[in-house]
Amino acid sequence: MAITILYLAWVRDRVGITEEVIEMLPSGVDTPTALARWLSQRGDGYASAFKDTERLRCAVDLQMTAMDAPLGRPREIAFFPPVTGG
Amino acid sequence: MIRISVQREGFDIGAELARLEVDGAGAVASFIGLVRGNGGLTELTLEHYPGMTEAALQRLANDANARWSLDCITIIHRIGAMTPGERIVFVGTASPHRAAALEACSFLIDRLKTEAPFWKQESFADGRAIWVEPRESDNDAAARWCE
Repeated sequence: MAITILYLAWVRDRVGITEEVIEMLPSGVDTPTALARWLSQRGDGYASAFKDTERLRCAVDLQMTAMDAPLGRPREIAFFPPVTGG
Repeated sequence: MIRISVQREGFDIGAELARLEVDGAGAVASFIGLVRGNGGLTELTLEHYPGMTEAALQRLANDANARWSLDCITIIHRIGAMTPGERIVFVGTASPHRAAALEACSFLIDRLKTEAPFWKQESFADGRAIWVEPRESDNDAAARWCE
């Protein structure tokens, strides 16, 4: 099943797009951190956005998820900085 | 009753407080967050994650309801561009007694700041636009409700 990947705030600014669809998770990519590492190899913008996974947060299917949690079979994954609302 | 709104337009504090003064409530507490205008800031832009934001706020309100005896909770958070002095967020609670209203209000804004998917970008008179960094003190404030 296709997976939508969303980029928000400065992650979007660096990647240069708001979202994209991948057909499936690449083999061996089973956590948000692993996906971030895989994405970081797609170009300079991605590399800049994903070089420091400590600064990234992630939501899987609209639930805040730890960067090292198992991904399972997600439909939507969002990467963003730590939140700063309020 | 829980009211959650993520909206571009401003809100009327008097009307929101009056709405919290329901039958049976003996106490209403509220928090209002404003755009600070220091350092030459000209505009603050709030971005969010549509679809996730309202669910996250609803979950916070449910947590507060489970923890304190509350009659009403209102959370209003604005998105889009705002200028210094404008209101960003309103959190209001109504309860039979003041301690529950005050504590629940504090809990809601502390947890909102670390859990709800909003991001602030500051624009300055000299043309700079900077994403706001999270503050350690905000994490500490949210963590005290876990103890």
